[in-house]
Amino acid sequence: MTAMLESSSAAAANRPGSIRWSKQFGRVFVYGCLALLALVFLAPLLSMLLTSLKSMDEIRAGNLLSLPSTPTFAAWANVWGASCIGVTCGGLKGYFGNSFLIVVPATFISVALGAFNGYVFAQWRFRGDNLIFGLILFGCFIPFQIVLIPMAGLLGKLGLAGTIPGLILVHVVYGICFTTMFFRNYFITVPAEIFKAARVDGAGFWAIFFRILLPISWPIVMVSIIWQFTGVWNDFLFGVSFAAGTNQPVTVALNNLVNTSTGTKAYNEDMAAAMIAALPTILIYVAAGRYFLRGLMAGAVKG
Amino acid sequence: MANLAINHVTKSFGSLAVLNDINIAIEDGEFLVLVGPSGCGKSTLLSIIAGLDEHTSGSITIDGDPVDGLEPKERDIAMVFQSYALYPAMSVEQNIGFSLEMSKMPKAQRLERVSKVADLLQITHLLKRKPGQLSGGQRQRVAMGRALVREPKIFLFDEPLSNLDAKLRVEMRTEIKKLHQRLGATIVYVTHDQIEAMTMATRIAVMKDGILQQFGTPEDIYDRPKNVFVATFMGSPAMNLLPATVVGETLSLKGADAVLPVPASVVAPLTEGREVLLGLRPEWLSLASAGSPSGPSLPLLVEVIEPTGPDVFAALRAGEREIMARLPTGTPVAPGQKASFAIDLSKAILFDAASGVAL
Repeated sequence: MTAMLESSSAAAANRPGSIRWSKQFGRVFVYGCLALLALVFLAPLLSMLLTSLKSMDEIRAGNLLSLPSTPTFAAWANVWGASCIGVTCGGLKGYFGNSFLIVVPATFISVALGAFNGYVFAQWRFRGDNLIFGLILFGCFIPFQIVLIPMAGLLGKLGLAGTIPGLILVHVVYGICFTTMFFRNYFITVPAEIFKAARVDGAGFWAIFFRILLPISWPIVMVSIIWQFTGVWNDFLFGVSFAAGTNQPVTVALNNLVNTSTGTKAYNEDMAAAMIAALPTILIYVAAGRYFLRGLMAGAVKG
Repeated sequence: MANLAINHVTKSFGSLAVLNDINIAIEDGEFLVLVGPSGCGKSTLLSIIAGLDEHTSGSITIDGDPVDGLEPKERDIAMVFQSYALYPAMSVEQNIGFSLEMSKMPKAQRLERVSKVADLLQITHLLKRKPGQLSGGQRQRVAMGRALVREPKIFLFDEPLSNLDAKLRVEMRTEIKKLHQRLGATIVYVTHDQIEAMTMATRIAVMKDGILQQFGTPEDIYDRPKNVFVATFMGSPAMNLLPATVVGETLSLKGADAVLPVPASVVAPLTEGREVLLGLRPEWLSLASAGSPSGPSLPLLVEVIEPTGPDVFAALRAGEREIMARLPTGTPVAPGQKASFAIDLSKAILFDAASGVAL
């Protein structure tokens, strides 16, 4: 037996690296493909960034991906603080602030409600629970456009038409469907015996939620926060429909800035504005993206 | 510490009866084991005692007070679960102290109780760890600690050892029994393992299909099973059941061409020609030539020998019938050999062939 092993390993040694070479080639191929695709996907972003740092003369002369000869943040500063959006000339900063005023409470409220709903649906039985969960799931599939008119009517009756709280309400209502589903599907993987043990130990409805469940649900909390944050931040339709004038979110302001038809088109400013509008979601992905992946995988593997 | 009575408890889902008129009563300090194959309703019964499940009819009393409809926390019970069900985000100390915290016990007193229990279970060095950092056996101890710290009237165990490896299981078995003797606690313990049942219990309830088959001491259950199911479920290797026909004062073994006298224990009158099953535990057989007292014996063919260390299991053949015997190691038997085996009929049991009920 040992002699056989020796002879076969000697034979492998005689053909230097045939297996190793093909393995290395495979690796180079895989990494090459990944790098190429990453470049393809990142090219628009790169082009935006480069263009935003150039002057208008250079943009007219050069090509999209050439490096700026004298990089300048003048366009960034201008769109941030001075560009005219509609009839007011204060730049994006006010609208950027509006977006935060909308996103932070909308994310927080919808994640909190979703966590609570998910807990109830996952671990407490009540009459009609499956039907109600089904209806909430159905909410995930309702296209935005369908609710525009009834929602406008409702906001009007509530006295929230055109305001930031109105937009927060709309986003919370839409977000609950997704966050409820996320949390319910996460909590259903928690063994039922843990809940029984907690009941025997004397923990009530809220103690079980706050003391036992929430501390182990950070992966799904991260998923929900990222999901809601990017969704609400990137929303344009609700923003343009339900917010008026200076209450508009940054996406709407960006559109108004870029689509202004008077004067020459300042591509560097358009790109700078688009970068500013996209930055928070990019940053949150960079900072918390790995939690997002981990959260989406959680529950798939017993652990 | 308390007694427990389960009176006419029935549980059904629609027309499906999961538990059928269960009656069990144990005294203060007894160790009751509910045993049966999976799906027999033993865990459901335990959940009902705990208050995690509701029964359809009947009543349960602890210390004479009915507890039906009370929440688990109002019953003064503690429970150890099969999966241990430790709270993942809490340290061992917090896990054990959680019930006391829920009952709003002051922190100093709580920590004292926790450290006392940790001492008892020898897990003091683990108190600051999270459950994820513990081995299976350690988690098991923490789960026990969580129950012990409450000093409840009754402890409930739901197959607490089935997730441990064989060696640890035997160790923990002894340890739980020691704890029981030391604390004098009333315990209800669910298992499907008949050896756990025999070794730990002071009272065993054997269940099958939601029906209580027999309730008694381990000796009762082992030596005087009330029916064929109990006889074969308890004991390993299982009791031999030999079909026979009553002929006068003797039993004619079917398919074996042999005759044995009717066991003395049978009091019921036997009609001629009645079909019965003769129940023989493997250890009630011995090699006749090895100086055993004169008594009934059977000539049997040794087919297979299975040494286990202290004992030898021998598969013997009588005509069409196979009989297992448990012989002391060193008994001179070899496969293929024909020998005469003495049968201890003083303990043998007769069952009715049709109903399976002991006569």
